[in-house]
Amino acid sequence: MGDVWVVVDHENGETSKVTSQMLTAARGLAKEAGGDPVAVFCGQGWETAKERVSKFGAAKAIVAESEDFSNYQTAPQVEVVAKLIEERQPWGVLFASVPSGKEVATRVAARLGLGVLADATNITIEGDKPKVEHSAFGGATIVQKTLKGGPFLICVKPNAFVSEEAAAEVQEDKVETSISEDAKRVVVKERVEKEAGGRPAVDQAAIIVSGGRGLQDPKNFELIEGLADQLGAAVGASRAAVDAGWYPHAHQVGQTGKTVSPQLYIAVGISGAIQHRAGMQTSKTIIAINKDAEAPIFQLVDFGIVGDLFDVVPKLTEEIGKRKGGG
Amino acid sequence: MPLSIAVCVKRVPDTAAEKKLDDGDKTLDRDSVESILNPVDEMAVEEALKLKEANEGEVTIVCAGPEGAAQQAIRKALSMGADKGVHLKDDSLHGSDAQGIAYALAQVLKKGEYDLILCGAESTDARTNLVPPAIAEHLNLPNLNFVKNVETSDGKVTAHRETDKGHDVLESSTPAVLGVVWGANEPRYPSFKGIMAAKQKPLETLSAADAEIDASKVGLDGSKTEVLEFGARSTERQKNVVDNKEGDAHVKLADFLQQQKFI
Repeated sequence: MGDVWVVVDHENGETSKVTSQMLTAARGLAKEAGGDPVAVFCGQGWETAKERVSKFGAAKAIVAESEDFSNYQTAPQVEVVAKLIEERQPWGVLFASVPSGKEVATRVAARLGLGVLADATNITIEGDKPKVEHSAFGGATIVQKTLKGGPFLICVKPNAFVSEEAAAEVQEDKVETSISEDAKRVVVKERVEKEAGGRPAVDQAAIIVSGGRGLQDPKNFELIEGLADQLGAAVGASRAAVDAGWYPHAHQVGQTGKTVSPQLYIAVGISGAIQHRAGMQTSKTIIAINKDAEAPIFQLVDFGIVGDLFDVVPKLTEEIGKRKGGG
Repeated sequence: MPLSIAVCVKRVPDTAAEKKLDDGDKTLDRDSVESILNPVDEMAVEEALKLKEANEGEVTIVCAGPEGAAQQAIRKALSMGADKGVHLKDDSLHGSDAQGIAYALAQVLKKGEYDLILCGAESTDARTNLVPPAIAEHLNLPNLNFVKNVETSDGKVTAHRETDKGHDVLESSTPAVLGVVWGANEPRYPSFKGIMAAKQKPLETLSAADAEIDASKVGLDGSKTEVLEFGARSTERQKNVVDNKEGDAHVKLADFLQQQKFI
């Protein structure tokens, strides 16, 4: 049937976790599809990315190097990826189900008259077609979909797959890129980075610690940040906390924010309104700390503490620190 | 130069309502649930109204869907201050996937000459974010997605795209398609006067034939995706809830985290 491509999600060659997860998935799919797992790299910093994609088993890499990919918003990548797919007809192409990945996938699909499935949480092959699982209606329903014809374009949700290393000698194929004027219409004038701190992004993190209205005051997010840093986690926030201006919207988890499924989700001072649950209920393990024993969040926890977060969180942070230190 | 702005809106099921998929064709049984104007689309309407106020111009609301729901969505936007509505109504559209709807909306948008086409960057029901970029592709226009702080002058549009670290400042030529991000603004409430005025504003209804929509690209048959099966997610949770009366719950939680290898 053919190769399985992974469009590498990266920043200047620093690949994201979902890239390793996609490569892991692609190895399995390629075996069944009778092809190779292939990394498709657009941008700068290939030498950095190369190490990582070989570690996760890419047999081949199609490399398009140009600064146009970062000077202009997504369109150059659409152009290059669409052209490659049309010429080489892989069995399928995996994109990261993050805003930029979905944008590229959907424009490529529209350009080539193909279908695209987003937010995939599992992919298997039935016959010669993919069977793609994703959540609907805030995680309450699981839907299995397929695409009527290939090449099959699928956006893979971060953390849906567990990455496994499998070192491979990657065979490089550097391609010429000439970007059309049409693809240079959206110019990135400036990149403004507001937040310092090396915490992972909410929609990529394996662990998320989220704070809500129960924190009572924006400065109390320090407690959430302290616990998050101890666990190497991202900081999330409920809609109530974001609407109150306590934390930026990029951190909002829920129906009108990010939909996440990390390995571990810790909800602190969050009651668990349906809008919030819709964004996190597919997390592998869920923990809640809330003083209200009746809070709906306790309906979906693996472990819950009914108690005062101002008492529990600092002690928990300290306890984890102690145990990490060798206990 | 007065601006001509189109805003694509959608009715979505209320999140709080229970939803079911139709057993027959596996599409959402939209009659079975309460629906509301997609909250992110309200922000797109608000952004368009602010642009109109800053530059003068006209705001057209475009909506595809069954009669009642689509017209309610358009009237709501008109009552906020938009000028006119275009309703694409055709039974052949039922069951279209995101790509099919984007194509159909693009055909409608081709009929007007718009400087800016705004959409909510996502809908609250099917969070696929696929529609605005696909519309842009079908119209061969630039796409600025997940944006706020939209400003325009001299045939250019600038906007801030939300990123995980802050934002990118984007600039593009017009016409362009913009996906407005959640939280871009605080949508205004329609005034009583606005609600009354909305009833008199022009609302044009188009059929698929009027919009020259190729029937093979829309509807269930035209969709390039297919639902195989669906079911309720059953996640067994341990529901191990402890009360912190003794003041040692954090130790038990740390034990749990250690067992699960998070520490």
